[in-house]
Amino acid sequence: MNALYLAFAYLRYHWGRSLVLMLVAALILFVPVATQILLSTSERALVARGDATPLLLGSRGSQLDLTMAALYFSDERPEPVPMREVEAVWDSGLAIPIPVHTAFSSSGFRIVGTSLDYFDFRELALSEGRGLSVLGDAVIGADVAATIGKGVGDTLVSSPENLFDLDGVYPLEMPIVGVLEPTNSPDDQAVFVDIKTAWVIQGIGHGHEDVVTAAEVAAGSEAVSNAAVVQYQRITDENIESFHFHGAQDDFPASAVIVVPNDTRSATILKGRYLDGENPTQLIAPASVIQGLVDRIFRIKSLLDVVTTIIAIAAFAAIGLAVFLSYRLRAREIATAVKLGARRGMVLRLLSAEIFTLLLISTFIAAIGTAIVARNAESWVGWLLALGA
Amino acid sequence: MITVENLTFGYGGTGFRLRVPKFVLQDNERVAIVGPSGSGKTTLLNLIAGILTPEAGRIDVAGTDVAALSDVERRRFRASTIGFVFQDFALLDYLSARQNILYPYRITPALTLDTDARDRAEALAAACGIGDKLDRHPSALSQGEQQRVAICRALVTQPKLILSDEATGNLDPDSKARILDLLFEQAALAGAPVLAVTHDHELLPRFGRVLDFAQFREGAEA
Repeated sequence: MNALYLAFAYLRYHWGRSLVLMLVAALILFVPVATQILLSTSERALVARGDATPLLLGSRGSQLDLTMAALYFSDERPEPVPMREVEAVWDSGLAIPIPVHTAFSSSGFRIVGTSLDYFDFRELALSEGRGLSVLGDAVIGADVAATIGKGVGDTLVSSPENLFDLDGVYPLEMPIVGVLEPTNSPDDQAVFVDIKTAWVIQGIGHGHEDVVTAAEVAAGSEAVSNAAVVQYQRITDENIESFHFHGAQDDFPASAVIVVPNDTRSATILKGRYLDGENPTQLIAPASVIQGLVDRIFRIKSLLDVVTTIIAIAAFAAIGLAVFLSYRLRAREIATAVKLGARRGMVLRLLSAEIFTLLLISTFIAAIGTAIVARNAESWVGWLLALGA
Repeated sequence: MITVENLTFGYGGTGFRLRVPKFVLQDNERVAIVGPSGSGKTTLLNLIAGILTPEAGRIDVAGTDVAALSDVERRRFRASTIGFVFQDFALLDYLSARQNILYPYRITPALTLDTDARDRAEALAAACGIGDKLDRHPSALSQGEQQRVAICRALVTQPKLILSDEATGNLDPDSKARILDLLFEQAALAGAPVLAVTHDHELLPRFGRVLDFAQFREGAEA
C-alpha cells in the first residue's frame, strides 16, 4: 500500500507527464479494441443488410455500385433500370419487385423513391405520423428527424440537382407525414417518398400553376407565379389533380429493384432468366457482393493489425523509456531511501506500483472509451455506412 | 552508546583506506567530526549506519554489532535506530512536508505508520516552527524550513542515534546556528546522541567534543 501511495503521489504531482503517459497507454489499449468492435459491428450490419435483401435487379454494370446504391443509398448512381423490368417480375409471379429510386437528396439525406412494399419488406415502423399516401408525402428516417430537427407537419425541399440545366426541374417541397423508428441501418438516414414523387422531382411528372415564388414565401401571399423568381414546386390539394406524367410508365427509371422471391425455386428460376450477358439488366445476390466487400475490408484490417501492433510496441517502449529515465532522475531519492533503511526491492516495488497505477488508470480510461464505442457501435456504424451516401 | 574498535575499511581500486582503532560516543553526547574532504568522515557515518560493511573490526550501536548483521537486518536496524540528516535535505518534491516527515514509514516494514507516528510528526513540526506548513511541498518552503522538515524526518522514528552529514552546509550563517541548536534540542528531548560531520568551524563550540578525522585516514599519523 505504501508503494502505491508513493507512486500515486508521484504521478499526481507530475500530473502533466503522467497524463500524457496514461493517455498514450489508454490509446494503445483502446484503438485496437474499438477498431475490432466497429469492424465486427460493420461486418454484422453489412452482412445483415445483404442477407436481408435476397436479390437485386439493375442495369448491367458494377454489382458493388448497384448494391451500395440500392441497399445503402450511397453516392453511386448506377444506370437506371426501366420500370418495365418491375412489371416483368410481377408478371413472372415468382417474386415481389420493390423499385428504389435514389437519385436525389434533401438536406444532405438521400431521397428514396419506392413503393409501400419497401416498408413491409424492411419491417419499418413509424414512431409518429402515418405512411405515404399522397403524391409528395415524405416519411423520414430517425436520424434525419434528429439531425434536421423536423417532424410531422414540417416540410422538406429536394436539393436542386440540375443547376446548369435551363430546362431543369424545380425542387419539390414535400410535407413530412411520418417519422420512422430507429433501425441502426441506412434507412435511418433516408427520406422516403413514393417513387412517383421521385419522378416529379426528376421532372418526368409535373403539375400546372404549382410553383411557389420567393416573394410568396417572404410575404406569405398568393401572388401570381413568375418563373424568373421561382423557388420550388409545391403539391397542394388544389393542384394535385393537375399533376401528370409524360410518356409510358414502363420507361420511367428506377435506380434498382429489390426482388423478393417467393421461395428458393423461384429465386433460381429468376436468376436463370438474367444470366444472358447480352441482357441489359442483371439480377444479383447482394449478400455475395457484400461478403466480397467484407472480405476485402478484413484483409485490410489484418494489415492494420500489424501496423497497430508495431505502433503499440514502439509506444510501450517509449513509455518504458520514460519511466526508466524518470528513475534515473530520481537516483537521489533512491539513495536517500536506502540510507533511511528502505526494504530490499523498494525501488522495484515503487517502479511496479507506478507502472501498475499508470496502466490501471489507462485501462480504466480505455474501458470507458470501449464501453462508449460498444454502446454506440450500431448507430455509429449505421452512420458510417451511410456516410458518403 | 557507540563503540568502534579496530575498524578497517577500503574502497576497492581507489587506494582509500580507513582505520579507526577506537572511537566511543556516549549517550546524549554531541560530537563533531571534522577533517579534509576525502578523509572518510561520511564513510564512517555510512559504516555506523550499516550502509557500508567494514573489512574488519566491530561497530556496536546501542548493543547491536552492526557489522555482524545481514543486509536485511541492517536495513531494519537503520530504519528503527538511526536518524539521518543530510546536507541537501533529501526531501521528495512530490510529497508534502507532512508526508516527507513520515517518509521512513512508507519505505520499510520495520516501522508502522500509526496515529502515534502521525501525532509525533505534528508535534515535532510544531516544535521546529513549521507546524503551519505541513501541507506545503518542499518547493514552497525556504531552505531553513526544508532542513527543519529533514530534522523532523530524522527524529520522528524515535531513533537511538542521529547522524548528521553537513546538515547546515547549505544554509545561510544565521540559519546554521538556529538549525543546529534545534537539532541538538530535539535530539536531547529524544535522548539520542548526535554524530555530525561538518566543515563549519564556527559551529564547533556548540558541540561537546570534536573529532579530527585526518588521524584515521590510513598513512596519517594517529
